[in-house]
Amino acid sequence: MTTHPRPPDAADADALALQAPELQLMVLDVNGERHEVITEPRRTLVDVLRHELRLTGTHVGCEHGICGACTVLVDDRPVRACLMFAAQAEGARIRTVESLSAGSCGRPDELGDLQRAFRERHALQCGFCTPGFLMLAEGFLAERPDADREQIREVVAANLCRCTGYQPIVEAIEQCAAARRAARSDVRKEK
Amino acid sequence: MKPAPFRYHRARDVHGTTQLLAELGEDAKVIAGGQSLVAMMNFRLARPRHLVDIGALRELDHLGVGPDGALRIGALTTHHTVETAPDEVLGTGFAVLRRAMGWIGHLPIRARGTVGGSIAHADATAEWCLLAVALGARLRVAGPGGQRLLPAEGFFLGPYTSVLEPDELLTEIVFPRPAPHAALTEFAERKGDFALVSAVVDLDIGAGRVRGGRVGLGGVAPVPVRVPAAEAVLAGGGSFAECAAVAAAAVDPPDDAGGSTAYRRQLVRALVERACTEAAEATERREAGRR
Repeated sequence: MTTHPRPPDAADADALALQAPELQLMVLDVNGERHEVITEPRRTLVDVLRHELRLTGTHVGCEHGICGACTVLVDDRPVRACLMFAAQAEGARIRTVESLSAGSCGRPDELGDLQRAFRERHALQCGFCTPGFLMLAEGFLAERPDADREQIREVVAANLCRCTGYQPIVEAIEQCAAARRAARSDVRKEK
Repeated sequence: MKPAPFRYHRARDVHGTTQLLAELGEDAKVIAGGQSLVAMMNFRLARPRHLVDIGALRELDHLGVGPDGALRIGALTTHHTVETAPDEVLGTGFAVLRRAMGWIGHLPIRARGTVGGSIAHADATAEWCLLAVALGARLRVAGPGGQRLLPAEGFFLGPYTSVLEPDELLTEIVFPRPAPHAALTEFAERKGDFALVSAVVDLDIGAGRVRGGRVGLGGVAPVPVRVPAAEAVLAGGGSFAECAAVAAAAVDPPDDAGGSTAYRRQLVRALVERACTEAAEATERREAGRR
């Protein structure tokens, strides 16, 4: 006699999803481009960015909001892309690390000023946390262009870096902020 | 890890949300900023079959003082909105809330996390839960049959448990009276972590003297609590150090991996005294405009 094993109750939902995952159409505005994605609602924003849109610059680390590797901008504010379902991001402007270099100096591969500051200050080693730090700093400096060193130190506590010891990251952000301030006052003088 | 499958619903208005919640029953969860819920779902500690996203309910994203002098905070207001609120929005006597925001997680968490979500989540160490209890907030809750206004004290039943019914939605948090001489302080092992112990002190100061006040503590019981014995010390003209010592003796904090009962008592003593001092020094003018 043959017996057929029954899957345990707890796995029902998963078994169901494997047979017929519920799909949903999402329209996402990423780096100024409109994307239509058909995927499961349980996909987090970081997974959709990486797996559906192939924007693999955004990294995924802890998946519970501790490490900050997945930080992106949503409506200009830095947020954890692992703590947000992609469906929640419909209607919002999303910016990823790819946007920092794209076309800022006319060449698609040219690094942005924040990225150049990170390179000059050796603010990365293995580079895994870097996209998260860049977007954290980009969002923070947009809101607080006059941030001082202490405020920068406080904000980078949001993300984990296990290579640099943070000091070069703080210096890079400070250098970029100072350069942007100088550029702004030059523009004002010219006027 | 990745969350278990669920069906996603986008709420259009408050009434529709409560109706939908009534239909879906216990298997549904409301998601606002999701800064606690998504982490729990990623770990599969939470596996709701239905997720009702209230993120589009803009009518719940508001902040301002009414003609009665009470501060009304819509449930969808983010911590970051409170943190950066200018004086004319926050009104006189509520700067304690702006100062307290720096204790909540980190900037990216505060940019998404909401006041209502934090209170509905009912974490015993959450800053908003403690502020609501200590400052006597009232919570407006909508259900399919109408709305009710509940005192924050009594709203929390235990860790992650409140009197909210499965078909109810927290819509607004009302701080009825200004607290110009109040402060929140806390201790966590790492910056941005959940507090081991947190304290709020709200002093009544008249003619330069402390006449009384409220003392609230988080992390010492399954819910945030007020400490009447410590408040009696303030009302009786006792020193801040006495108030803190009485608070430490009055509570029976848990003994767990985060810290022993004795350690938490020490924290209560240190933090209550610190909060008293900061509350006494707090003046609205000094911090006008900026956190």
